[in-house]
Amino acid sequence: MTSGPDIRTGRLSPQALSTGFGDAHPPLDHRQAVIEASRCYFCYDAPCVEACPTSIDIPSFIRSIATGNLAGAATTILESNIMGGMCGRVCPVEELCEEACVRNAQEAKPVRIGLLQRHATDWLVGAGIQPFVRAAPTGRRVAVVGAGPAGLSCAHRLAVLGHDVVVFEAREKPGGLNEYGIAAYKTPEDFAQKEVDFILSVGGIELRCGQALGRDVTLSDLRRSFDAVFLGIGHNAVRALGAEGEEMDGVMNAVDYIAGLRQARDKAVLPVGRRVVVIGGGNTAIDIATQIRRLGAEDVTIVYRRGPEHMSATWKEQEWAQTNGVRIKHWAQPRRLVGWPANGAKPHVKEVVFEYTQLDDRGRLTGTGDTFALPADQVFKAIGQYFVPSALHDGVAAEPLELAGDRIAINADRETSLPGVFAGGDCVPGVDLTVSAVADGRIAAEAIDRRLRADILRD
Amino acid sequence: MADLTNDFLGIKSPNPFWLASAPPTDKQYNVERAFRAGWGGVVWKTLGEDPPVVNVSSRYGAVTYNGTRVAGFSNIELITDRPLEVNLREIKEVKRAWPDRALVVSLMVPCNEESWKAILKRVEGTEADGIELNFGCPHGMSERGMGSAVGQVPEYVEMVTRWCKQHSRMPVIVKLTPNITNILGPARAARRGGADAVSLINTVQSIVGVDLDLMAPLPTVDGKGTHGGYCGPAVKPIALRMVAEIARDPECRGMAISGIGGVSTWRDAAEFVSMGAGNVQVCTAAMTHGFKIVEDMISGLANWMDGKGYRRTDDFLGAAVPNFVDWQHLNLNYKVIAHIDQDLCIRCGKCHIACEDTSHQSIAALRDENHRRRYEVIESECVGCNLCMHVCPVDGCITMRPVDTGLPYADWTSHPNNPMRRQAAE
Repeated sequence: MTSGPDIRTGRLSPQALSTGFGDAHPPLDHRQAVIEASRCYFCYDAPCVEACPTSIDIPSFIRSIATGNLAGAATTILESNIMGGMCGRVCPVEELCEEACVRNAQEAKPVRIGLLQRHATDWLVGAGIQPFVRAAPTGRRVAVVGAGPAGLSCAHRLAVLGHDVVVFEAREKPGGLNEYGIAAYKTPEDFAQKEVDFILSVGGIELRCGQALGRDVTLSDLRRSFDAVFLGIGHNAVRALGAEGEEMDGVMNAVDYIAGLRQARDKAVLPVGRRVVVIGGGNTAIDIATQIRRLGAEDVTIVYRRGPEHMSATWKEQEWAQTNGVRIKHWAQPRRLVGWPANGAKPHVKEVVFEYTQLDDRGRLTGTGDTFALPADQVFKAIGQYFVPSALHDGVAAEPLELAGDRIAINADRETSLPGVFAGGDCVPGVDLTVSAVADGRIAAEAIDRRLRADILRD
Repeated sequence: MADLTNDFLGIKSPNPFWLASAPPTDKQYNVERAFRAGWGGVVWKTLGEDPPVVNVSSRYGAVTYNGTRVAGFSNIELITDRPLEVNLREIKEVKRAWPDRALVVSLMVPCNEESWKAILKRVEGTEADGIELNFGCPHGMSERGMGSAVGQVPEYVEMVTRWCKQHSRMPVIVKLTPNITNILGPARAARRGGADAVSLINTVQSIVGVDLDLMAPLPTVDGKGTHGGYCGPAVKPIALRMVAEIARDPECRGMAISGIGGVSTWRDAAEFVSMGAGNVQVCTAAMTHGFKIVEDMISGLANWMDGKGYRRTDDFLGAAVPNFVDWQHLNLNYKVIAHIDQDLCIRCGKCHIACEDTSHQSIAALRDENHRRRYEVIESECVGCNLCMHVCPVDGCITMRPVDTGLPYADWTSHPNNPMRRQAAE
């Protein structure tokens, strides 16, 4: 019996870490890409395009790969989705384009659209080609808050359309969750920063890092100083478990640990528990569980309060975690965390007591009263993030932003209740995907452009 | 159980699959490997007069189609570049070691009787089963007055064939070039000259592609290219038609045909036989995959014949020839229309867009009550062209179904729109 938590750094050799955090899904080489591309039927009114939040013309870009026109393929992708490279890596394609592929109906094996998209965009970035030319300058300036997928997508489109853009980013580096959130093995070799560099290289975008809304800049200031504002500020809070003892040592927000992992130059310095419990059912739960396994944790268990079909992590993500030796337990919710004896100091978690759950007659989740305990040296909370609007209230704004639930309310153009203020990404209602954030940014940029051009005509 | 043993001009082989005169049959080593693999016979790569020709480096070009390698194949290699004596010695050894296999020798010498007479004697000494006259090679040799330069002039074909029949006891197969307007010209000339058989097609003059960096035709030799001979799966339709044209020609009746051109599978072979070929010769498929492919050719043909109740290939030899007619004899009152099996449809829309953009606007793109794509044939507009069936990626999803027009057989020869129609009274 151990007498305290088993948390150590450097559980694995540098070689094992390097393998574990290398490319989880290696890219296609050119020949593989051509063979895969020739599986595409070039459907009419293709269902994959309809399934893509950014409406990439998938059959056309795949045909371009098949014909050896990689620049054309990449341009087709990037015109619809400037983060086509990242989306090719992280999109849950099994629920989007690849789920819609007609080859599923025929042989349950879709064209590997994500890998093909990555092939084309990686080639273009590698070749150093800039496919975009900025339109004549309009003299208009737009502030973009947040240098994540939504903000950068919006900034890029605005810059291409001839506007000047200043991007305010609270963190040290741009990229948002691409840089701080996505699992390391999905985007190795600093791809997130390379993609940001590519996006900024079009020109006309000034990036100001370390500038947080509500701290360094206010929405009122931005509205006064710029012709339009786009908010792509993402989530800023993690849901609490609501279980007794969750403030103990050894209990962390999964997103914070992942951000540290992504920024760690040497992964051997990260503290890793021997037994780890992850609470939640989304991709963050999958990502923390798999990564902590690959850092050397011995037993990793994801506990989710509902069934596998209710998890927001896709079936493919669930399989991925299980393939990595993660156990997933369903139908249980945390009741209380038990700590090691601490003699009055802040205790460290020792185990988590869960209560089994079920749906009652009216379909509501209830506890059964039966419990079990899982030993845990580390506990990660991954039951969701949300948006706290306090940063928007700078004390001087005459009109508050309207919310829809706990997110910023927008219309089809992604405009908020404040004229000239647009928003997109995880801070607005809808699914929280990189690709939807990119779509929001582009739609907002086009709406802003229409607005600014109308103003120019009036002047 | 089907019996694949083959008798072509009295030349016996255990199956109708021969390797054509080409690189795979250039020497004893390759030919014995082929026989060990199960090939029924070979036509030894073309012999010529000494001194031997020289070959260039590189020699082959290929068409890759949608990721499929060697859909079409082109070569600029000439006839054998080894001394005549070496080839003759090896031929003799191989024939002696493999008496049950067909061994035919391909020949090409200049167009004078003495040259032919001389080489025929020497080939007879090998005890080979027969000779094939290479009147087909479309590059290099043709520029020296041999190969297709002979094959394109029916008088020469007849003359050389006659020499060979006069100066040899061996069966004579005349290999024809497709690089000609009417294949019946040289085929009939071979017949008049006394040929026992024709074999076709030889390769089609071609430029297989262009190297867009070097700006030179492929394959390139030190920055230059030349036209080559095209073969492989891409030329099979051309070959089938030429074989069938000869098979149905009354003047060529009685002359055997060895089918060549893109034969890659047992099914290709069955098609050539049905169009009148007594056996088939293969090259590109073997060069692409190695000799082992003959195993499936043999078992595939036998299994298909068993299913059809054919005991020997002769049972269906030329069976499709009577149904190969001129267009004017097709029934204008016959009608088929497309039918889409909605259960098999994967909703790719290819049938719709092909018909809508390029044909008769007879497949509607609809959405059902669940907003799912649905494609339906507009039967009143469908002319039965088959395009949708061909572009549909799902086997059996689109079928062409005959509809009863209630009209009797009627063809163009009597159609009112035909200014040259036969009068009904006639």
